[in-house]
Amino acid sequence: MLNFLARRIAQIVPTLFFVSVLIFSLQQLLPGDPALVMAGEERDPAVIEQIRQQYKLDQPIPVQYVYWLKGVLTGNFGESLRNKMPVRELIAQKLPVTLQLGSMAILIAFCIGIPAGIVSAVKKGTAWDYGANLFALWGISTPNFWLGILLIFLFSIHLGWLPASGYVPLTENWRASLAATIMPAFVLGNAISAILMRHTRSAMLQVLESDYVRTARAKGLSERSVILKHAMRNALTPIITLGALELGTLLSGAVLTEQIFSIPGFGKLIVDAVFNRDYAVVQGVVLVTATVYITLNLVADVAYVLVNPRLRG
Amino acid sequence: MRLVRLAILASALLTSLAGTTHAQTTLRIGLAEDPDILDPSIGRTYVGRIVFSAFCDKLFDIDEKLNIVPQLALSHETSADGKEMTIKLRPNVKFHDGEPLDAEAAKFSLERHMTMPTSFRKSELASVDHVEVVDPLTIKLVLKTPYSPLIAQLTDRSGMMVSPKAAKEAGDKFGLNPVCAGPYKFVERVQQDRMVFEKFADYWNKDNIHIDRVVFLPIVDATVRLANLKSGGLDLIERVLATDIKDVRADSRLVLSTAPELGYLGLTINVGNDKAKGPLSQSAKVRQALDLSIDREALNQVVFNGEFTPGNQWVSPTHPYYQKAFPVRGRDIAKAKALLKEAGVTAPVTVDYMIPKGAENEAVAQVIQSMAAEAGFDIKIRAVEFATTFKQAQAGEFQVFQINWSGRIDPDGNSYIFMRSKAPQNDGVYSNPEADKLMEDGRMTSNVEARKAIYEKLTKILLDDLPIIYIYHRKLLIAHTKKLEGYRQMPDGLVRVVGLKFK
Repeated sequence: MLNFLARRIAQIVPTLFFVSVLIFSLQQLLPGDPALVMAGEERDPAVIEQIRQQYKLDQPIPVQYVYWLKGVLTGNFGESLRNKMPVRELIAQKLPVTLQLGSMAILIAFCIGIPAGIVSAVKKGTAWDYGANLFALWGISTPNFWLGILLIFLFSIHLGWLPASGYVPLTENWRASLAATIMPAFVLGNAISAILMRHTRSAMLQVLESDYVRTARAKGLSERSVILKHAMRNALTPIITLGALELGTLLSGAVLTEQIFSIPGFGKLIVDAVFNRDYAVVQGVVLVTATVYITLNLVADVAYVLVNPRLRG
Repeated sequence: MRLVRLAILASALLTSLAGTTHAQTTLRIGLAEDPDILDPSIGRTYVGRIVFSAFCDKLFDIDEKLNIVPQLALSHETSADGKEMTIKLRPNVKFHDGEPLDAEAAKFSLERHMTMPTSFRKSELASVDHVEVVDPLTIKLVLKTPYSPLIAQLTDRSGMMVSPKAAKEAGDKFGLNPVCAGPYKFVERVQQDRMVFEKFADYWNKDNIHIDRVVFLPIVDATVRLANLKSGGLDLIERVLATDIKDVRADSRLVLSTAPELGYLGLTINVGNDKAKGPLSQSAKVRQALDLSIDREALNQVVFNGEFTPGNQWVSPTHPYYQKAFPVRGRDIAKAKALLKEAGVTAPVTVDYMIPKGAENEAVAQVIQSMAAEAGFDIKIRAVEFATTFKQAQAGEFQVFQINWSGRIDPDGNSYIFMRSKAPQNDGVYSNPEADKLMEDGRMTSNVEARKAIYEKLTKILLDDLPIIYIYHRKLLIAHTKKLEGYRQMPDGLVRVVGLKFK
């Protein structure tokens, strides 16, 4: 186990290095000159030249990369070209927001997806099953932005129950914070719950047909105990892995959802940074996202081993 | 039954979450973008200027009719030779940190705009040689050459005064915690989320400030911005979509405030830098034919429900500098065809037509495409991402570039940089010595009548040469709730918070 962990952790460093080189080069392929973007409407050549020098955009790309890497190694991700805020500070400001949103979303996804999957497996072929499948199909095929706007129209404009957008930190006012994030969290969680439901259903179906479940039933255990205690535990193994990986998907899903609900999180940070060609911010955000993703993968592997004793070496 | 109970519980929970009612002491303004840094010397965005107007007063301001009115200054006087401008300052004005705004502070602010390495105001104040302190409340701007648009520059960021003490301490980080002399003072900013300002107790015009706090919230999606206004999450939003005008007017709780914009939508023709040497670049007659093929009024009706103003000059027909002798011409296909024939070109004339991506731009381009087709133009629309259009425009990779200009208070700001030979934004590389001379002359005199006469001659030349074909002028569209009183829309599109109150 330790050996396995050490090997996996050792892989992280080269992966991150590769990701950073890749992102740095890909950014150079983005059309549009960052100096021109920053100059905005007024394209005075003197101004543009000034911007280039100020942000070292006139240096060759490898030199720019070395500047950046040097900073990162000393914990300095650079400064936002647009508003002069340290990138580190921006990330520290935004990450908790997206984490809150993501945790709520995954909670919603688990609360809906797993029970729905179990019900549809147990009641296979009944109206319950069809209903749950319909819901899953809807969840997977509904675009985030569309669902988001519909929810805003219903709950904010029509009923007036929830704020249409914006964010309040949990520490400031937990009620307002939940009110502001419940809709985007639902939008994000909805799609994942559908995927979880499908996987829970097929895993449960498989387990329910196995010998030990039949034995449990033959022993005269209640159906409730057979399903929840015996079948579900085994069916959950692949679901946990999937859940952890979906947490990574949440980071990318948040890009669109945060934009619609004006949630000042990670997704919004990167979208705005790309449009403003704010290279330093894009770099920092991608690096952090990659780290989170890799860590989640690792956590999923470990969780898998923990839940399934057969894999423990 | 259980489902019903669950639904009731859920709705009760949601309502309790929403139970945060505002006692209206805070004005919440929805912005279309997150501004860049809030330093008047370094700021570059339009949206940033909206925020500045809540906390950073300027030497001068404008009124609804584009007249220059005093703000932190009381008056200005230009010497007979046009090379000196004397400005009297308002007495007893304080910055947010309690420092006095006197001649020394004004000199400091102007010099900061002119000399700070990262300043973007340098070109706006390039005509100023140096600033002198005449007495504690009087400064003198000594110019290199007479420059009539200077006063208009002082109604914007170049005229904003910053606290010398705070600016010296913070250096180029001043914008993270700006200290000015406006009605509200900076409290906090969370990037991409909100900017909070509170009433400044020592403001020189404090009797006209009735609201305690102003919060700016960037909400990029126009639909969501409007949804927030309707649901009561915001009190005022800027840049309402033209397609939402009907919706806003139909809502009895909302008010739509409009003013004609200072800018325009124009078709920049690549006259001097077209590598393919297309007919548009070679002959003014071909450009005139394109101009005559466009029915501006119909376009306005089709795309904008008739809400915008058709135009043919670099200022709108309601602007004091509009040349009434040259009204918008009607569509004339026969004449357009004849002009093409005279120019010796055979239809169809293929045109590489670049636009920045976006539904509105594309709709306009498509209407023009179909109109021009009837006269013999084969327009190939090329939608390019906004940031990239500038790069291609500068490189001359276009034959027509359909682009908006937000406009400036002084007419010089709508003409010189686009059409003067070798000017920074002359993407079509137009050059006409006669027009150059007139544009220079326009900068030399501050006399309105004399300037109008100069611009009349210029208009005639430009309407013949057509380096830019002007199509329409947008309307500034601001919506707010009925509860908000006293809102007046200024032609620069910025939101003035002075005088606003809640019912």
